[in-house]
Amino acid sequence: MMDKMIFGRYVPAESPMHRLDPRAKLLMVFIFVFIIFLANNIATYVVIGAFTLLILNMSKIPAGFLIGGLRPVFYLILFTFFLHLFFTKEGDLLFKWNFIEVYENGLRQGIFISLRFAFLILITSILTLTTTPISITDGLETLFNPLKKWKLPVHELALMMSISLRFIPTLMEETDKIMKAQAARGTEFSTGPIKNRIKAIVPLLIPLFVSSFKRAEELATAMESRGYRGGEGRTKYRLLKWESKDTILLAAIMVLTVLLLLLRS
Amino acid sequence: MNNALVQLEQVAFKYEGQEKNAVDYVSFDIYEGEWLAIVGHNGSGKSTLAKLLNGLLFPQSGRITVQGQPLTEETVWDVRGQIGMVFQNPDNQFVGTTVQDDVAFGLENAGIAREEMLVRVEDALKRVNMEQFLNQEPHHLSGGQKQRVAIAGVLALRPRVIILDESTSMLDPKGREEVLVTVRELMKERGVTVLSITHDLEEASRADRMIVMNQGSVYSEGTPREIFQLEEELVKLGLDIPFSIKMSTLLQERGVSLSQTHLTDEELVNDLCRLISRM
Repeated sequence: MMDKMIFGRYVPAESPMHRLDPRAKLLMVFIFVFIIFLANNIATYVVIGAFTLLILNMSKIPAGFLIGGLRPVFYLILFTFFLHLFFTKEGDLLFKWNFIEVYENGLRQGIFISLRFAFLILITSILTLTTTPISITDGLETLFNPLKKWKLPVHELALMMSISLRFIPTLMEETDKIMKAQAARGTEFSTGPIKNRIKAIVPLLIPLFVSSFKRAEELATAMESRGYRGGEGRTKYRLLKWESKDTILLAAIMVLTVLLLLLRS
Repeated sequence: MNNALVQLEQVAFKYEGQEKNAVDYVSFDIYEGEWLAIVGHNGSGKSTLAKLLNGLLFPQSGRITVQGQPLTEETVWDVRGQIGMVFQNPDNQFVGTTVQDDVAFGLENAGIAREEMLVRVEDALKRVNMEQFLNQEPHHLSGGQKQRVAIAGVLALRPRVIILDESTSMLDPKGREEVLVTVRELMKERGVTVLSITHDLEEASRADRMIVMNQGSVYSEGTPREIFQLEEELVKLGLDIPFSIKMSTLLQERGVSLSQTHLTDEELVNDLCRLISRM
């Protein structure tokens, strides 16, 4: 079950998306998240959909892998769809059965909102799938660097992020191990009434918490012993290189913005 | 060999809220180029000792000097550059998201220029035979490989002394062997001094010199061969004697004429073969 999760996962490959500078990708996603709200008619959705597909294609992530990994989100999208379908009561009545009424705008909204949701998820997943967590962190650190003037602990935040990312697989593995250990002791995680299943999480979370704290403490000691004393006077091993293709990506998202502004109704 | 690199003089440390000293007025020297093993069962103060040597804890009394320089809160960062430490849990000391990032972590902390870092990271990874794993993520590595990366991380900083604090205790026999062989090679090639803290006498038997700790003080000191003569006393201290030594003692009790103690299985096997060929 854990193997299929794709959030925060990186898939090593050599694709145009992989080779882009993380800063360019981050800016692209950042702008994308805003401009997707500009889309409000079929034309704009087609344009933004085409852009998403193009990015998807450039990432060379196998579609099957992506779909499998996004299955849990799919239910959420479906839920949003039905929510809009049944509760938006504007436009012409399309369908009526007992108390269920579907209106034209409800259907439209349902489709649009779900598409928006799907595009957002896809683009952000592509970011994490094609960029190593450490590159994302590096990108964020450089992008946020100017905020240091306002006393924002940029370096510390970036380090915190890279460490949490580094420990995701470790903690996942551990969760799996604890689950098996508890299952061997008779805990039912996947059967029985919901109430019991939620209760079954407790003997999973507590050992996980305890061990995380222990890990954190040991990690802090190890870091200190290796000479870590904050961001002052630290050099960086990783070097980000901005190339022309990164500028092209940003230009593309700008073009998309202009197109959306022109096409929206 | 008789050049004292690190000196401990009457070092004592007590954890807050505890009645007894965890380290009780301990004095000894660590010589340049040697492999010193500190053994003792849990709670003998050996891990506290490691933390004191790295300035992660400071003694309440006594003095630690590293190359003549006393270890204090002012000099601690210098000393950490000279004494590198590899901890017990391979996962909980892996800071970087990939092998090369992790090795670079210490270098970044030391503010070393990037070009120099590239050279040192590659070199350090070559030393521990992990150069083909540059971009590998930690959860794809075995415990032994992770520990070797940790050693590379320490090595990149070019320390004089490497402290192995129970570094092999969470590894399988293969991983342990990998790590110990790597350490031996490093000593030969780089002349680093190694201090290994362990409760595994099998590991300690490979050292040049051993210190047995008990209840915070030095119980005995000598070469592995000398220490293993103590046998029963070691068992009383909660230490497990290597199989080869147990075996040779039992054989000798049964009247098999073997030369004294056998530190490794190989020694024992060779000796037995010689005995058989004479019969």
